[in-house]
Amino acid sequence: MSKVIEVNNVSFSYGSEPIFSKVGFSVYKGDFVAIIGANGAGKSTLLKLLLGELAPTSGSIHLLNQDIHHFKDWPKIGYVPQNGFSANVNFPATAEEIVKANLFSQIGFLRFPKKEHMEKTKHSLELVDMAAYSNRLIGNLSGGQQQRVLLARVLVNDPEVMLLDEPTTGIDAAAVQSLYQLLTRLNRETGLTIVMVTHDIGRASSYVSKTLCLEEGSLVKLDRDQINDELSHKHKHPMKNRLQQIQGGEDNHGDF
Amino acid sequence: MAIFEYDFMRRAFIVGILLAIIIPCIGIIVVLKRLSMIGDALSHTSLAGVAAGLIMGINPILGAIAACIAAALGIEAIRKRIPKYSEMSIAIIMSAGVGLAGVLSGFVKNAANFNSFLFGSIVAISDFEMILVACISCAVILAFILLYKELFYIALDERSARLAGIPVKTVNFIFTILTAVTVSVAARTVGALIISSLMVVPVACAMEFGKSYKQTVLYSICFAVFFTVVGLFLAYYARLKPGGTIVLIGVFCLVLILFAKKIMAKILLTMNKL
Ligand SMILES: Nc1ncnc2c1ncn2[C@@H]1O[C@H](COP(=O)(O)OP(=O)(O)O)[C@@H](O)[C@H]1O
Ligand SMILES: [Mg+2]
Repeated sequence: MSKVIEVNNVSFSYGSEPIFSKVGFSVYKGDFVAIIGANGAGKSTLLKLLLGELAPTSGSIHLLNQDIHHFKDWPKIGYVPQNGFSANVNFPATAEEIVKANLFSQIGFLRFPKKEHMEKTKHSLELVDMAAYSNRLIGNLSGGQQQRVLLARVLVNDPEVMLLDEPTTGIDAAAVQSLYQLLTRLNRETGLTIVMVTHDIGRASSYVSKTLCLEEGSLVKLDRDQINDELSHKHKHPMKNRLQQIQGGEDNHGDF
Repeated sequence: MAIFEYDFMRRAFIVGILLAIIIPCIGIIVVLKRLSMIGDALSHTSLAGVAAGLIMGINPILGAIAACIAAALGIEAIRKRIPKYSEMSIAIIMSAGVGLAGVLSGFVKNAANFNSFLFGSIVAISDFEMILVACISCAVILAFILLYKELFYIALDERSARLAGIPVKTVNFIFTILTAVTVSVAARTVGALIISSLMVVPVACAMEFGKSYKQTVLYSICFAVFFTVVGLFLAYYARLKPGGTIVLIGVFCLVLILFAKKIMAKILLTMNKL
């Protein structure tokens, strides 16, 4: 199976404050991965490394089998930022305008959208059940609906992988449930690879195919029992003392 | 109408309407990027260019354009270094511009000429200025149409715009230059002290009605043209200063709109209760 993301021995620090040391993992086509960890563990930082916004101090990152330094195909890496539109809820734009904007690489610089681009936009909003709201201003949608528009914005480019940063913060329980169902459907039906940062391990764990936990600078893979422990807060020590560490991009696929 | 028999009034209308079309195009992006005060910073700095132009004997508008471009690039450069508090970059450049304008104005011999830049002199426009405004307007309109989706996405979410493949730096650079050029010609006509309100007020009005980005852009332009035309008429018949009149009409309309919306909401609420 083809590797979508490969992280090898990656270390990173903000100035002198180390965030991870020698982290490694791989994500394969069709995976649905949850990355969990406490506030400030470095989850968002990890995503920024995957987006090339920050550079690791050592180690390598490959996206779609290309070294991130030479990687150009960013529209294939769909990114849904933390807090979505919260800073921008009164932006005067409709769901449709927001989704269409992400078709830039297909429309081209200084060119105008054509009928096919309109159709792609419509299709993408249909995928997330938001077609009925395409002409609504983003500020007039609920938190859960805004989150779906953000998903549609990414989906419109047929991405290979979708990276989500805490997609469930600030939306109500029912909306979280239906968001997870939607992600599961996209993952199963279209084979979309999903990497989701969350600290809602309880609900997420029943949907995802693999759970990685970021703690004290290293990344460990959790199995069923460990997730249950984690849920019941049985452990007292940092998890990494009790868990087998995954380092150096060791191939862990198919362990489940 | 008698008002159009005067050549200077015809020019005032042509230049005023052209500016009313381009200023909100710049204004909407500026407002959505949360840089509303950029117009103020640039127009104040343009005064330094005006003073420098008057001292050195070159056309003050060209001086203003040069100063504005320098200031706009300065703002972008500082903004990149302190992204979280980007408004600070505006305050820094504005203080520098005002300081420089203050010092340089002490050396200007013809104070009346300098003062005409503070509040504008749309009724005293030369051929050169009219042609300049026409050329700049064409350039801004063309750029705004061609860069429509790019500017929209960058204003919405700069990071995602970059991931989508938009050449964010290039587009920001072009936009910065257009802003600077627009502000400096507008400073001459409506006045440096009020240009910022013309960037923001029509957009604020339009945002109360716009049901999409596109509508908001179109409404902003309509509001700005409306304020300008009414303002020029009023200024002519009531013998007021045109620049200030245009802005005051805009602010008056905005207050009216906000007030009317509140009352409408109350009425709807009580009607629902009945
Ligand atoms: N730009 C930055 N400069 C310095 N430190 C940062 C920066 N961004 C985040 N940090 C620090 O890095 C750590 C990890 O942050 P983050 O990746 O946002 O955590 P998470 O998303 O897991 O909550 C935190 O301790 C945070 O204070
Ligand atoms: Mg985070």
